[in-house]
Amino acid sequence: MSDLTTPSTIPFPRLRPWLAVVPLLLIVGYLVLMDNGALSQTGTFLHELMHDGRHLLGVPCH
Amino acid sequence: MVRTLLVRGLLAGLLAGLVAGGFAFVLGEPHVDAAIALEEQAAAAHADSTEHAEAPAHDHGDEAAVSRPVQKAGLFLATGLYGVAVGGVFALVFAGLRGRVGPRSDVGLALAAAGTAFGAVILVPFVKYPASPPAVGDPATINQRTLLYVVMVLVGLAATAAAVATARRVTTGPWARWSWAAGVFLVPVAAAWLLLPAVDEVPQGFPATLLWEFRVTSLGTQLVFWAAFGVLFAQLCERAARRPAAVPG
Repeated sequence: MSDLTTPSTIPFPRLRPWLAVVPLLLIVGYLVLMDNGALSQTGTFLHELMHDGRHLLGVPCH
Repeated sequence: MVRTLLVRGLLAGLLAGLVAGGFAFVLGEPHVDAAIALEEQAAAAHADSTEHAEAPAHDHGDEAAVSRPVQKAGLFLATGLYGVAVGGVFALVFAGLRGRVGPRSDVGLALAAAGTAFGAVILVPFVKYPASPPAVGDPATINQRTLLYVVMVLVGLAATAAAVATARRVTTGPWARWSWAAGVFLVPVAAAWLLLPAVDEVPQGFPATLLWEFRVTSLGTQLVFWAAFGVLFAQLCERAARRPAAVPG
């Protein structure tokens, strides 16, 4: 039991390929929290759709 | 194994985001509505007092691109996607820390890392640049305020990383280790709090109680998110460990 709960160290070479998803996750985060049309090209639509979430998650909105 | 952790992070993030969205919907939306009512009052008064009324920076009224009910549904979309993005990054950091830094059990590490993340990326920026309701904040300075906010988040993350790295090198007992960690964390954070420009764009006459209640609810939303996320991520780890046929890989 205890050997199952003791986590094994993941070697960095096995971790490295997965870092490719980090930019994708950051883009999602940026679109939700900060984009005002520059990246999404939807004008203020994304801003307005995410409006209440931005305010209540605490990021500057407008 | 990395894939398993990533899926756990995305899933726990989505669920925690929806839970935080529910909290924000029930306790936060009344404050957002109240602030929008004040914003529109001010805009109407402004339009009456000037000959050529300028169009407001954005509109919450009937002509708005997204109506208020859709914005309230969008709250859950925003917190859910925020959870997915944050949960994914958390899982990869967790995969790197696992067995190297912090508690040796997955459950302990999940809870410790979620708590630390809340301090580093939420509390540190909140103290300097707290959340603001609609009607507070000049749209002309949004890029500058966003940049300052991001800088504060990065300062929190860098200070945390430095504190953890320092604590690992101190071998003279827990007191010395925690003192060093606290010092290495607080010096850059306090310096940033003092040196970065202040933002004070609360309009004249905006009710102080509404501002306070909005800010507490906003911080509460993030607290609910990180608490739910830490518990859910830990729970998923524990279930995986209990499964007898768990194949490492």
